[in-house]
Amino acid sequence: MAEPLNLIGGGLAIAGALLSLLGAIGVLRFPDVYTRIHAASITDTGGASLMLLGLGLISGLSFVTLKLAVIWAFIMLSSPAAAHTLANAAFTSGHAPWIGSFRIMRDASAGKQGPRRP
Amino acid sequence: MTDLTRDIDASLVIDLSLLAMLLVLAVAIARTRQLLAAILLMGVYSLVCAVWFMVMDAPDVAFTEAVVGAGVSTIILLGAILLTHGHAEKSSAIRLLAPALAAIAVGGMLVYAVLDLPAFGNPTSPANAHVSRTYLEVASNEIGTPNIVTAVLASYRGFDTLGEATVIFAAAVGVSLMLGFGDLSAGRRTPDSMGDHHVVLGVTAKLFVPVIILFALYVQFHGDLGPGGGFQAGVLLAVVVILHALVFGLRETMLAVRPGFVRGGAALGVLLYAGVGLVCIVNDGAFLDYDYLFPPEIEAQIPPGLLGDPDHPHHWGQHFGIFFIELGVLFTVAAAMISIFYGFAGRAPVPPGTEAGQ
Repeated sequence: MAEPLNLIGGGLAIAGALLSLLGAIGVLRFPDVYTRIHAASITDTGGASLMLLGLGLISGLSFVTLKLAVIWAFIMLSSPAAAHTLANAAFTSGHAPWIGSFRIMRDASAGKQGPRRP
Repeated sequence: MTDLTRDIDASLVIDLSLLAMLLVLAVAIARTRQLLAAILLMGVYSLVCAVWFMVMDAPDVAFTEAVVGAGVSTIILLGAILLTHGHAEKSSAIRLLAPALAAIAVGGMLVYAVLDLPAFGNPTSPANAHVSRTYLEVASNEIGTPNIVTAVLASYRGFDTLGEATVIFAAAVGVSLMLGFGDLSAGRRTPDSMGDHHVVLGVTAKLFVPVIILFALYVQFHGDLGPGGGFQAGVLLAVVVILHALVFGLRETMLAVRPGFVRGGAALGVLLYAGVGLVCIVNDGAFLDYDYLFPPEIEAQIPPGLLGDPDHPHHWGQHFGIFFIELGVLFTVAAAMISIFYGFAGRAPVPPGTEAGQ
């Protein structure tokens, strides 16, 4: 049996779970919307990728692997797009970031649809 | 309940942690005053429920819970708070007294009833001993679908499922009577919302819409073999349309999927389902007895062994009966969900697809 593969797969899955946990802590601890979205989206995508890779190693090469690959592709497309949309909505509705100048960012976005004042 | 000698294995740990999450979520939902947060938490609650059903080896139920509970009902509730305001007023303690007493009484009775339930997976419990065992033994022979859940839902309990489809149809009709059918003029109020800010969202959504439709069809036609079927596929189809409406504006979606078409689809589904039953009656069978779906002369034409066991030529009727009624369920569920969404979104003061303001 593929015992080492199981071990590596399990390790990757646990690493992915820990990464997701870090993301959750980041969402709770970070100071403003943008950094929280950053913590959630990057660790979410990365954690899910690691977990899916681990599960793929555990399941071995079969039809399940294809399904996991499709799920991975779905997450890689949807999660960044969702994070982008969230950040975009926050920016458009006038959430100023914790650091950096909101005005410079707003002017840079050449705003025909510039953000409203908070 | 007394069976606590069970080893503490991995699945028990998972069960307990999922139940703990459900408890925390339930308390959070009850305590929050922000209706938006409550709705999103209910979506999470459904998702955790779905994971738990999956752990309990009920993939069909988990699938339904995930698409209905976490998916479409969250969206419909979001559409509902667009019509009201997103904050619950704090009620006085006296006005809360009667609902609190009722909740405590019902909860107490439920806990009392749970004490009487047999242990999970107990082979001698009534649920596992009588009719389920018969289904497990005879379904693969009589119906011929590998997924016995589908065999029970669509064939043995076909009448119940017809009732469910009719209930969903009735719900859509009820919502439409209250909120309007969501005609095209409602969508006209959508301003030109697709600025530069929505490029990423638009591209991603365009990419996803055909893929999700493909997945819905897979779920629909794979329902005989694996988890899935008309309900899940119908909700997935509805979610695609709703996703399209949220991203591209209600009017664009209404032009693509006409409200009249949707209304017709909901009725057509129930009609198709009941029609299959009537065809069975016409061919001397009972209502929804798919063995009599084809008259004997057609049945004789089918080469034995083309599908399933050569000794059971009736499998053809069962396969086609399940196929058609699942199609009917697909039409009804998808059309009902879309029509409910059109009803809510068509009346929203700020149409979805624009910045909702808060």
